[in-house]
Amino acid sequence: MSATHDGRDAEELRKGQEERLNKVWETPKGWRYWSVVNNTEVGIWYTATSFAFMLFAGVLGLLARVQLAVPENDFLTASFYNQVYTLHGTVMMFLFAVPIFEAVAIVILPQMLGARDLPFPRLSAFGYWCFLIGGVFVSGSIFFGAAPEGGWFMYPPLTTQERFTPGYGPDIWLLGLSFIEVASIAAAVELIVGTLKCRPPGMRLNLMPLYAWYVLVVAGMILFAFPPLIAGDILFELERLFNWPFFDPERGGDPMLWQHLFWIFGHPEVYIVFLPAIALVAMIIPTFAQRPLIGYSWIVLAAVGTGFLSFGLWVHHMYATGLPSISLGFFSAASEAVAIPTGVQVFVFIATLLAGRVVNSVPMLFVSGALAVFVIGGLTGVMVALAPFDWQAHDTYFIVAHLHYVLIGGMLFPVVAGVYYYWPLVGSRRLSDRLGKIAFWLMLIGFNVAFFPMHLSGLMGMPRRVWTYPTGLGLDLPNLISTVGAFIFAAGILIIVFDILRPKGNQPYAERNTWNAGTLEWLSEVPGKSWGVRCVPIIKTRYPLWEQPGFMEDYDKGRFYLADAEELQRETMVTSVLDGEPVQCLRVPGPTFMTMIAAILLGAVFIFATFHWWEATLVAMVLTTISILVWLWRGTSLIPEKAEKDVGLGLSLPLYKSGPQSVGWWAMFITMVGDGTAFLSLVFGYFFFFTIHEDFPPTGAPTPGLLWPLVSLALTAGAWAAAWAALKTNKAGNVAVARVLMAGGTGLALAGGAALVWAPYGAGLDPVSHVYPATVWVLVIWTVAHAAVGALMLAYCLARSFAGRLTPVYDIDIENVALYWHFMAATGLITVAAIGLSPLAA
Amino acid sequence: MLHDPTDPHPPPEPTRSRAGAAKAVAAALPVLASCSGPQSTFTAAGSESESILHLFYVMLAGASVIWLFVIGLSLYAVRSTPARDSARIGVRLIVWGGCVFPTVVLALLLYWGLEKMPGYRRPADGPRIAVSGERFWWRVAYDVEGEPGIVKSLPTGGVESANEIWIPVGRRTEILLGSPDVIHSFWVPALAGKTDMIPGRVNRIVLEPLVAGVYNGVCAEFCGDAHAQMGLRVVAVPEAEYAAHVAAMAEPAAVVSGRGVDAFLGNGCAACHTVRGTPAAGSVGPDLTHVASRLTLGAGLLENNRENLTAFIRATDHVKPGVQMPAFGMLPDDDIAVIANWLGELR
Repeated sequence: MSATHDGRDAEELRKGQEERLNKVWETPKGWRYWSVVNNTEVGIWYTATSFAFMLFAGVLGLLARVQLAVPENDFLTASFYNQVYTLHGTVMMFLFAVPIFEAVAIVILPQMLGARDLPFPRLSAFGYWCFLIGGVFVSGSIFFGAAPEGGWFMYPPLTTQERFTPGYGPDIWLLGLSFIEVASIAAAVELIVGTLKCRPPGMRLNLMPLYAWYVLVVAGMILFAFPPLIAGDILFELERLFNWPFFDPERGGDPMLWQHLFWIFGHPEVYIVFLPAIALVAMIIPTFAQRPLIGYSWIVLAAVGTGFLSFGLWVHHMYATGLPSISLGFFSAASEAVAIPTGVQVFVFIATLLAGRVVNSVPMLFVSGALAVFVIGGLTGVMVALAPFDWQAHDTYFIVAHLHYVLIGGMLFPVVAGVYYYWPLVGSRRLSDRLGKIAFWLMLIGFNVAFFPMHLSGLMGMPRRVWTYPTGLGLDLPNLISTVGAFIFAAGILIIVFDILRPKGNQPYAERNTWNAGTLEWLSEVPGKSWGVRCVPIIKTRYPLWEQPGFMEDYDKGRFYLADAEELQRETMVTSVLDGEPVQCLRVPGPTFMTMIAAILLGAVFIFATFHWWEATLVAMVLTTISILVWLWRGTSLIPEKAEKDVGLGLSLPLYKSGPQSVGWWAMFITMVGDGTAFLSLVFGYFFFFTIHEDFPPTGAPTPGLLWPLVSLALTAGAWAAAWAALKTNKAGNVAVARVLMAGGTGLALAGGAALVWAPYGAGLDPVSHVYPATVWVLVIWTVAHAAVGALMLAYCLARSFAGRLTPVYDIDIENVALYWHFMAATGLITVAAIGLSPLAA
Repeated sequence: MLHDPTDPHPPPEPTRSRAGAAKAVAAALPVLASCSGPQSTFTAAGSESESILHLFYVMLAGASVIWLFVIGLSLYAVRSTPARDSARIGVRLIVWGGCVFPTVVLALLLYWGLEKMPGYRRPADGPRIAVSGERFWWRVAYDVEGEPGIVKSLPTGGVESANEIWIPVGRRTEILLGSPDVIHSFWVPALAGKTDMIPGRVNRIVLEPLVAGVYNGVCAEFCGDAHAQMGLRVVAVPEAEYAAHVAAMAEPAAVVSGRGVDAFLGNGCAACHTVRGTPAAGSVGPDLTHVASRLTLGAGLLENNRENLTAFIRATDHVKPGVQMPAFGMLPDDDIAVIANWLGELR
């Protein structure tokens, strides 16, 4: 009697749990839908938006192909063609290739890690809105004939000087993309912390799904690759808006600095695009080979190795700039070396297929197409990595062919494979096998017809970025063939779009785990639930659905952690970085319009600056700061109603953590690493000029001297010490002392900033006159802006302390601000050393 | 190889042919061989371009074999039933196919490819010519001397010309490259790889033609609207002919007075152009002292004849969108004809 009774009780309990979870994770209805921050919704918006940008850029590519179909064509004007090719490259790279990685990761990573959401859902939503606004702004410019036309690489001085490029084109490119880079870095921080801290209990690093490894590597690369571009953007925009001569040789500048900064970003970018797609392949292949991947540690090492090597290759975009043979040799070797980890990844896949019994399917079809196409791109990559051959191939259609083979084979085909593979998780139904096959063959054939002849037309002397070409050079036929192929390829893409959009109401739901895969994301019920995961499972193997008996049943019955939401709060689990030991039950925030408002205001800052509406820019800046403060005040470091909670299976976890075990501390740390990279890129610029000029500072030019920089350093050090002491005294319970230290630190930070500005200002350094004063001012402004932010942070902590939201126990705010100040102190030290000491060495 | 019918100096038979090796490889690849032309790397008429073409053919052969192997293996892997110890075989495949094989092959390729570089950078033994890439044409000065200063950028002096470079066959001619405005790139595919022309810097490239002929050069770095139409001609001739040409270029213009000169000066053309022997001494645009002797007009764009000269003066921006020279369509037809006639006599 009692057994059935217990069974009924358990059934009741489970129903209750599911009801509460449903209620907590419910998606708001009506207009409030747009306040959603949930990864399942935001990730889908993100993915759909980046696909829309891809289609837009694809149409631009077709326009270019129509123009080049026949020689001496006048379908497009030279100026419009230049806008078309510039936007085609820019949109494909910045608005499709990178965001699609972040978008897909936001959708599937939490599921793959058995987490209910990423640790900072509101940050994801903020990033999405930034991406949407910036992307529409940059893309929309072409409808007003105002799009940038300097190429996606924007080489100065062509683009920096008004006499060569009048209008707003380059400003739209720079400011619009800087805005989107904010979104990219936000997503990178989110994904790194998510991977490191939100894995399920027991999932040690070496049990992580390969996709998570790639996310970690790629997000880390974004963190180090995007900041140099941001630094370059700052220099570029200062030259364009205020005539500071960073790239103007007449006043000591050098256009090569931009090329270095751009390609230090631009080459890792290629791998940032390529690796996540390979990560999808690494999830798809084991499923269809019906066995675990062979060579797990090999492929992880290869991915990490590719990430590292990719930062040592940038000069191969600059082989023709007249570098000494020794650099050419070094960078040729480094560029060839990256083929080795790439080879390892390809052979890991082949080995797994060899050892498995392969099931045919549309995703596998696209994976094999990807392999065939990508290997051609890789082999031509080996060719152009060799400096002498590159002197011929560089900036010709050979490179156009090479890069499309790499990107379409290495990225688009795998992403389409991923779409067909993961669609059942998103749309609850499978996409059509028949349409998928037709699309595949159209794409494969169309692609090769379009791009293979470009190898030839390039070597036959057709440079890139030409809006027309003369007849009689043998270029007519290959170009016509390419255009025909481009349209066949586009037809394939259209079929996929149709397959995704066509109504599927009368089609049955896919079975749960429809491909019989082994990883956690396939636990998802059909149709999916907004709670993400029913409970947070315990992981012991790499393919738990295959290798842990009874796993799915235990999961469905809620026999793991966090099966309930007793307090009606959104919760997920935080574990330790290496071993996945449970650390905290994290309360994650729910829907809000704050993220959208903050993104709109920040967008206004960039857009107003583009059109030089300075007063409006300033107002928007103030409003952005206020909106972010409101968002933080109301939504972060919330003090829970109790210290600990029972998460199930007899485990009790704290609801609040500060310091290195908390997700917020890690996010601050990672953000500051990226921020520091941007700063070091600016310092690199300073020393770049130091090395190319015989006298730097120029003889007789005013310098900031030593006195004021040292005064500033002392004050900054004082603020740093105050922040650190405030943390310690607050923790010790001396709240009054801590408040005094916070207030004092704020004052010292502001005074330090003022002293630093006074150094060049008092000495009369004019940034327009020469690159030396300009670089000094850039370092000073960067440091002062950071000091001001640091002061604001300390003042915020003070206010939180008075409001009772920052206490000796609940001290995330001051923990993170103290961490910020460690970086700030280093920034101040390096700036003072650079501007104060280097004149002594000269 | 195409030969421009308007060339006043038909190229003589090849003086010496080291292009034999490349031709032998090319013969084996008939498709590629048919891709040669005045602007093609497959023409390989210079020592550097010939050597690089050879490098390409070897890499192409290697790449084809590797691709076929990888794809064949993948197809086999998809279709085969797994062997009993397939996991062990798989790991071996990763080690040998993914690690050892590429490391060895790439090391060999790198050694072989880089070993060629000192040869490309051997010192010159011929004349020294300065070429400045300017939006959207090429300023040329023969026989310059002295170390170049920082640009405006290239050495001053020498015999000035534009959009056409004559060089002696069989000699290594050093070309100094600079730019006063934006980055351009100097590329003559049939002779050598490309080198950028960067404001504030001076780069060098050595051209060593093995076969006499006329070769097309193009700008290979995007430099603005007329980037696609910024071409030049390189005319490789025997040494004696080269010397005679430079001497001829050093002479003042053939006709220095008359209605043409008056119309030229009267309509302000001299603000930008120089015609030595007349008061016209502008330095913004190309030197026109011997404009009629050149193969092309508008920087490699049009055949050089009276009709095209007239069209270029009248509708410059239509013929070459983005060009810096304003169109002079507002002038009376008669003035344009007189100017074009006179320029047509400046051989």
